[in-house]
Amino acid sequence: MIKARVTVTLKNGVLDPQGKAIEHALASLGFSGVGSVRQGKVFDLELEGADKGKAEAELKAMCDKLLANTVIEDYTVSIT
Amino acid sequence: MKSAVVLLPGLNRDRDMIAALTKISGKPPLTVWQTDTEIPDVDLIVIPGGFSYGDYLRCGAIAARMPVMRAVAEKAARGTLVMGVCNGFQILLEAGLLPGALMRNASLKFVCREVKLEVANANTAFTRGYSPNQIIRCPVAHHDGNYFADAETLARLEGEGQVVFRYAEGTNPNGSINDIAGIVSEGGNVLGLMPHPENLIESAHGGTDGRALFEGLVGKAA
Repeated sequence: MIKARVTVTLKNGVLDPQGKAIEHALASLGFSGVGSVRQGKVFDLELEGADKGKAEAELKAMCDKLLANTVIEDYTVSIT
Repeated sequence: MKSAVVLLPGLNRDRDMIAALTKISGKPPLTVWQTDTEIPDVDLIVIPGGFSYGDYLRCGAIAARMPVMRAVAEKAARGTLVMGVCNGFQILLEAGLLPGALMRNASLKFVCREVKLEVANANTAFTRGYSPNQIIRCPVAHHDGNYFADAETLARLEGEGQVVFRYAEGTNPNGSINDIAGIVSEGGNVLGLMPHPENLIESAHGGTDGRALFEGLVGKAA
């Protein structure tokens, strides 16, 4: 069994209204000095098998095909 | 005109779309279910609005990977007219049939109101019922209608006349780049738009500005 975490974030330059709203909310709670907030998504996956190289290639394919919208999002894959 | 409406769990504007197509073309559309792998020969395929798969992951993301969307892509590649309204537009983008993406409204609020649209290109199968730069009224109802494309794609869309509807008179409800409300594919046969022309086709709706889109499609345009 391989455990993996996929993190999907908005590309630089893509406006993130939700991140902005969170940034303002943090400021209103008194957390000063927050430069910026960008919201993203995390997926934890369990994959059968033990071949980490194969798992990584498959995870990247999953990101390209479904987990991320590569028009606006970047992703990173980490296998634990 | 023969038409087909794609049905997916969570869509809720299918009945309005079927009513509009039936009233204006005189024939009820066929319906195709998400697991259908083939679509009969029709002149127009419509993906209506709603919340397919509860907007899980991203709006339209799951629907775009259903078998019926492969069949829609094959038909589109062969020149069949395809129109996606609201969630249907989101699905066409997620399926890669149109460029760009629709993001959360800049206001972060669901907007349900009437906007003004400019017909930015009246020279398409979908807009020939309108005159160039005509301003029409149209309702919108969405949470994720904030169109985005990278600079290169945007320049291409603008340069090739692929932007067909633009929010006009300061009514952009979602922060959409260049006020884009609807675009067509490079071949001109796939249209995606956020507003709902099917909800403004008879006087009981409070207006008929959406009618010319359907009339143009069925060749009944004045």
